[in-house]
Amino acid sequence: MTATKPVSAPVADRVLPPVDLAPLRRRRIRRALVQFACVLVSLFMVLPIVLIAFAALSTSDELAEFPKSFLPSDWTLDTIRGFVTSTGVLPAFGNSVLTGLYTVVLSLAIGAPAGYALARHAFRGRDAYQVFMLMVRALPIVVLSVPLATIFLRAGAYDTVAAVTLVHTALAMPTTVLITASIFVAVPTELEEAARVFGCTRTETFRRVVLPLAVPGLAAAAVFTFVLSWNEVLGAGVLTIGHRTLPAQVLVALADSPQSYRFAGGLALVLPALLFILLMRRYLLSMWGSRG
Amino acid sequence: MADVELRSLVKTYPGASTRATDEVSLSIADGEFMVLLGPSGCGKTTLLRAVAGLELPDEGQVVIGGRDVTYLEPRHRNLSMVFQSYAVFPHKRVRDNIGFGLKVRGVPADEIRRKVGWAAEMLQLTDYLDRYPAKLSGGQRQRVAVARAIVVESDVLLMDEPLSNLDALLRLSFRADLKKLVGELGLTTIYVTHDQVEALSLGDRVAVMKDGRVTQCANPTDVYDNPATEFVGGFLGSPPMNFLSGTVSENGHGLALELGEQWVPVPAELSTYRDRRLDLGVRAESLKVVDEPEGLTCTVEVYEPLGSSVLLTTVLSGQRVKVSAPPGFRAAPGDELRVAPTQTRWYDPETQLLLEVR
Amino acid sequence: MKTRIPWLLLAPSIVFMLLLFGWPLVQGILTAFRSGDSFTVDNWTRMWGDAYFGRALRNTLLLTVIVVPVQFVLAIGMALLLQSRPKLAGVHFYLWTIPLAMSELAAGLVWLSIFSNHGYLNSFLSWLGISPDGIGWLDYDNPAGMLFAVVVAEVWRATSLVFVILVAGLQMVPRDFDEAAQVFGATAWQRLWHVTLPTIKPSLQVALILRTILAIQVFAVAQALTGRNFPLLVGETYQWYVNLQNAAVASALALVVLAISLVVSIVYLRALRRERA
Repeated sequence: MTATKPVSAPVADRVLPPVDLAPLRRRRIRRALVQFACVLVSLFMVLPIVLIAFAALSTSDELAEFPKSFLPSDWTLDTIRGFVTSTGVLPAFGNSVLTGLYTVVLSLAIGAPAGYALARHAFRGRDAYQVFMLMVRALPIVVLSVPLATIFLRAGAYDTVAAVTLVHTALAMPTTVLITASIFVAVPTELEEAARVFGCTRTETFRRVVLPLAVPGLAAAAVFTFVLSWNEVLGAGVLTIGHRTLPAQVLVALADSPQSYRFAGGLALVLPALLFILLMRRYLLSMWGSRG
Repeated sequence: MADVELRSLVKTYPGASTRATDEVSLSIADGEFMVLLGPSGCGKTTLLRAVAGLELPDEGQVVIGGRDVTYLEPRHRNLSMVFQSYAVFPHKRVRDNIGFGLKVRGVPADEIRRKVGWAAEMLQLTDYLDRYPAKLSGGQRQRVAVARAIVVESDVLLMDEPLSNLDALLRLSFRADLKKLVGELGLTTIYVTHDQVEALSLGDRVAVMKDGRVTQCANPTDVYDNPATEFVGGFLGSPPMNFLSGTVSENGHGLALELGEQWVPVPAELSTYRDRRLDLGVRAESLKVVDEPEGLTCTVEVYEPLGSSVLLTTVLSGQRVKVSAPPGFRAAPGDELRVAPTQTRWYDPETQLLLEVR
Repeated sequence: MKTRIPWLLLAPSIVFMLLLFGWPLVQGILTAFRSGDSFTVDNWTRMWGDAYFGRALRNTLLLTVIVVPVQFVLAIGMALLLQSRPKLAGVHFYLWTIPLAMSELAAGLVWLSIFSNHGYLNSFLSWLGISPDGIGWLDYDNPAGMLFAVVVAEVWRATSLVFVILVAGLQMVPRDFDEAAQVFGATAWQRLWHVTLPTIKPSLQVALILRTILAIQVFAVAQALTGRNFPLLVGETYQWYVNLQNAAVASALALVVLAISLVVSIVYLRALRRERA
């Protein structure tokens, strides 16, 4: 006769046992432990960098002190200045930047088309090509640097930025190809097909449709390649004398340099890395995610 | 084997403005097959996951077999579950998949073998025991998931839309197999689905949910014949229940619902609705085609011969009404038809609730 | 025409790689076996007889055998820690991937400030009162100390790579699997063993081969920390070429590294194939 309320299941007015909170407590403890472990690992990762920064910002007297205090009492830029003004450091810095940029350009110019081919075309020998690339990546750079040095010597190209660029490009190539392949795979073929239907030529399609979508990924690949080149030590060390890259310069001067030089050098090598990772953060996982 | 009691369960997902479940209470008896039915976002999966322990409620209680398990880790609850995606481990053979629940509980190997064999036979998987899931069809993988769930002989069996990834024919045959299987084993089951046919077919009781609440919980016949709200009426049945809206007035024959020029008698108990609006609910198959002068007049708009019946979309005094006619019934768009409503149900237009009438 | 396009696009990379890898490889092999213009194994005997060679070989193998398992266990642990979505997960992720962009040399120098005789570690130990004069971690007559320092520095530097590969692999694992394991009664360890690890096996395998081969080539880290006191194969290659100006012996050493890498790769691939069968 009167409107009824929506009927939920007839809830028997049973008396239910009290809520068991023990699992909740267990869960909180577990989460606290996880937090703690994360902090420990983060400390392990960060502390050494903090320490070398402190070392590079201490005076030479403080560096000689023992036991060292955690924080330098005299902050100074002298050590760093000393390093930067040491022979060969600034030019080496310049060489590293140049090599890095050239490497990025060259490896993208050669590698990106290959990546595109891998992404878009299924062809015989595709697997063989991929295996070839992977194997080449596993080849020790050391095996090649020495003979390459000899080859470059004979060609008159020894001790040039070009020589190091070539080696770095070769090192970066497999990764560049595979990363660009996964970037292009992520651009749907339908978009390209639509562009073709609407009248674009192949190159126009690539330029207007594929490239803009691929740019973020390509940028990440570029940063990755730059970092690879920037950090590379052995090849650069073997292939250069007068036109060293920064790591090569520091390596060579290592044995004869005072502590302050080493620490300031270490910091100089570390700082760009921090910046690079900050930029690359978002792409790190997507780069590695599309691979095996 | 156990009963399940949910009391005032509240769950809001982080970042959401509305509650996923809004103080839901439900009792499921030992051995009962309870279906949680509703459109996506109604909270049915949240409820299931709360029972499983994969979501923890903000408020309320979950009690299984008289034991409070509200915050207990899933693995201590002695449950089994069939997921929508089956979640069959690709790197294990079928036999190791089925036996997974037993193996991690430390059951001795020969007993595992025996039980796995029994479950495989129940689901016609005996020939596939040594295969890897990649070599199985979707339907077979589904059966592996079910086998894995029943072999453990848990307290409660949970199922999250297990049939929705199967094609239509498989769904039909597996539905029947499932009903038979669960009936034989007598397991307490909670089954989530958005498919009302599944719900009516499988459940001992159906809990129809909307916006985080249970709008009606009753056996399939009741839910179908006496929908507690217009939503339930519209959600169950294919086609959905028709709702005709009109004003109640007094005419020579008593209370009547005015539908344009026509009228339908209104039970005397609803006299409080005189001069107010009222909704009439009537199912397509309850509108019988009659001859003059009986019934109401409507005009045919669409004629759909569905094989086992004929579905007519008609217009009755300006409102669209679906009529289900016997197979072979002929009518063309534009034809006039006379239909008599039977099994009518009355609803308050504002609250949308069923008005009980004796 | 259709099938020629991909090869056109691939050609530059293939040519480039063959020139820069293939040719030097052949050259390297030739150089190692030549003296002047005649075929000789003198370079090899010289390499073998050198005082540093034996130690370098031993150190390289020892380092690899220790560092790789440690990195993997650590990386798996780190990946799982992040998987349980703690607070500030983003910050932790960033910090844990910093070493990825770090040069070997930088890593060595960073830990030098810690392990050197007047370094931070000894300062800390002295402050704690455990060892007032500090331990000579990097002393040339403390091979265990040097090994420890190099291991720590290498682990610090290179675990991030494995970590990132594993995290990427884990992200592709559907949540359902882990939830199913939970409901069916698996403990955290059981879930790890039966569900998580098998699902990321492809990632693990790739990472394993790469890491091992790269571990064999560790060089600048040890150079920065110990100079030539902790010789390694690649370090020796560098020494022979740059300081001793002997390209032939350097090539021979490089080929030893190549040989070890090949053996390792073959062993791994065999083991993988056997598993799949």
